[in-house]
Amino acid sequence: MADRKLTGSEMIIKALVNEGVDTVFGYPGGAVLPIYDAIFQQNQLKHVLVRQEGGAVHMAEGYARSTGKVGCVLVTSGPGATNAVTGLTDALMDSIPLVCLTGQVPTHMIGNDAFQEADTTGITRPCTKHNYLVKDIADLPRIMHEAFYVARSGRPGPVVIDLPKDIQMALGTYKDLSQVEHKTYRPRMKAEKTEIEKAVAMIAAAKKPLFYCGGGVINSGLKASKQLDRLIKLTGAPVTLTLMGLGAYPGTDKQFLGMLGMHGTYEANLAMHDADLIVAVGSRFDDRVTGRLNAFAPNSKKIHIDIDPSSINKNVMVDLPIVGDVGTILDQMLRVWKAKGLKTNPKVMKAWWKQIDGWRQRDCLKYNQTGSVIKPQYAIERLYEATKDRDCYITTEVGQHQMWAAQYYKFNEPKRWMTSGGLGTMGYGLPAAIGVQVAHPEALVVDISGEASFLMNMQEMSTAVQCGAPVKVFITNNQYMGMVRQWQELMHGSRYSESYTDALPDLVKLAEACHWVGLRATKAEEVDDVIQEMISIDRPVIADIWVDQKENCFPMIPSGAAHNEMLLGPDDEAQQSGSEEGMVLV
Amino acid sequence: MVADSTIERHTIAVLVDNEAGVLARVIGLFSGRGYNIESLTVAEIDVADAISRITVVTSGTPQIIEQIKAQLDRLVPVHRVVDLTAEGASVERELALVKVAGKGNKRVEALRIADIFRARAIDSTHDSFVFEISGATEKLNAFIDLMVPLGLVDVSRTGVVAIARGKSAL
Ligand SMILES: Cc1ncc(C[n+]2csc(CCOP(=O)(O)OP(=O)(O)O)c2C)c(N)n1
Ligand SMILES: [Mg+2]
Repeated sequence: MADRKLTGSEMIIKALVNEGVDTVFGYPGGAVLPIYDAIFQQNQLKHVLVRQEGGAVHMAEGYARSTGKVGCVLVTSGPGATNAVTGLTDALMDSIPLVCLTGQVPTHMIGNDAFQEADTTGITRPCTKHNYLVKDIADLPRIMHEAFYVARSGRPGPVVIDLPKDIQMALGTYKDLSQVEHKTYRPRMKAEKTEIEKAVAMIAAAKKPLFYCGGGVINSGLKASKQLDRLIKLTGAPVTLTLMGLGAYPGTDKQFLGMLGMHGTYEANLAMHDADLIVAVGSRFDDRVTGRLNAFAPNSKKIHIDIDPSSINKNVMVDLPIVGDVGTILDQMLRVWKAKGLKTNPKVMKAWWKQIDGWRQRDCLKYNQTGSVIKPQYAIERLYEATKDRDCYITTEVGQHQMWAAQYYKFNEPKRWMTSGGLGTMGYGLPAAIGVQVAHPEALVVDISGEASFLMNMQEMSTAVQCGAPVKVFITNNQYMGMVRQWQELMHGSRYSESYTDALPDLVKLAEACHWVGLRATKAEEVDDVIQEMISIDRPVIADIWVDQKENCFPMIPSGAAHNEMLLGPDDEAQQSGSEEGMVLV
Repeated sequence: MVADSTIERHTIAVLVDNEAGVLARVIGLFSGRGYNIESLTVAEIDVADAISRITVVTSGTPQIIEQIKAQLDRLVPVHRVVDLTAEGASVERELALVKVAGKGNKRVEALRIADIFRARAIDSTHDSFVFEISGATEKLNAFIDLMVPLGLVDVSRTGVVAIARGKSAL
């Protein structure tokens, strides 16, 4: 039995099953037909047929991000592989574990510009954590299992396996190598005791400590969030989260200051600016977070906990770097904190909170919903109110709606929020939502979307129907590429160059044409009813919410500005001259 | 903490699995992230285990140098990254083949200088020499500079290889 020869395609299926894969998102083509044939002849793996390979990768991202498992993609050679590139880059930037199988022309034709040949390993080298070209059937079992190990270990990321067609058909012996240790890649998990002792001592001694946590906490697993919660409650310190970190700490907790960064809250950004100790946990001092670097958190010492040593001292020099798994290190910190009976000074913390409460009084997220024109913030806040007690997952596209979703939707658990943070990929949200729904068939999955982003991958509406994923697309429709329009208003003299979409499809009719349900709200009074109806329908729904076209997203730290140079609303806009230096920044 | 902005030159040794694409990965990392490569050499050093050693000479601020090492270290086929410049004394050598064409006095002068530099003539015709010279990069530079007026026509250099002093291995 053990040495019965299998074809490469059969081995691929076996390896996927042994790695715990239950769903593959893919699209067939000439160079992967043997794998599709093997899929046809088995029933352990479910295949979700997408409409464009880019969609498959985002679906796998949504699947992975909401489950903590490795997402799996299967595409053909050439255009199949190149269509996957955006999603792979997205997954690399946001540290999402994926294994993407790409077909390739047979080994003897590689390099001949064969039909649908592309140098897939060459093209994907900079946008994957690692990639493989399988040239010998004997290597296939090892590479399959290694790929999963690499994708999920350390800082997770996408891995490509390029599979020439002759390898898929060759005969060989399969061995389950899912438990074998990798010879070179073994990320450090635990911190040194001295590092932990230093860290907790710094926290206990701080006068204005602030935890600044990101997606690394979520990637580390549910336990990491629990430990983070414990540590933060024990210290009594405030906490802010990055866009990728939302849900890592309960969004409704009073120690949570909201998201920080370009569209973060006033209190989070000013706390960052004024802190004397920043404890960065699984976050990477991204430019959306730091604002102008030479004015970033000028009076603070910094502890940086991250599994990726290259994230440390990349943008911001820190005083105490700790490399390792966030969950493990938080665990170590908790133990030492308790064993030493450490405490922060209550009086000092009280003063810090008093200052923070002063900032909170600005109520930076307030908006005026007067009259019947729907404010986008209102639409999202109502969506939150209507869904917060449900088993609900939110994805987003990219733009103003994404930032409003991050500001007004509160996440109390990790893995509930899927957004394209690092790459900012419009078109991510719908396929990601389908991937989430496939993983959680009973849950409510809503893509908070902008009309322009939605159009980027709307072909996946058809996928949702075919695979029975009743996702909801909640579109704050402003007919503008709102975020582009906002930057043009603030930095380019309100010259709205090519940011208005004329000739939008009628989204309600579009929904119907695609076997979805289409709903629309054009007045504030209608929003709640549309949301209720959307939730109650057990089919995919577009909710087309016509919102105020001119609304801008605040607070905002303009590019090149510091945390304490935030714009809080339209009144601040007038004073914004837009520095030359800032204009060149993205 | 404020970053130090002085530019330093570092020689970094990297042990990698000698597998397809590994050099492209290393080079792509440097070009993609805008790091400098002053010199790069690579060859297999352990045939049984298929391990290659890459020696890369790069320059940057201390922060960038640390980044380069961390980025190299997280490439999957990389076994070890050692900053030979930072970790105690090391020796560096480079080899060059230098072709000089000329006649008469210039030819004699070229030979004389080669002798001083302990370069060997490994090919000679009536009107040309190929010299082999090894040593520190600066020595090679000096030799090549001196050959320019004497009829330098072609140079091929290996780039730097380096190894730590003392008894321990990488
Ligand atoms: C693929 C891609 N192309 C371009 C951009 C640049 N971009 C960022 S936001 C945005 C506009 C998004 O418009 P919409 O989806 O309607 O969202 P809104 O900002 O109006 O809420 C654009 C074009 C991007 N992020 N992704
Ligand atoms: Mg829009």
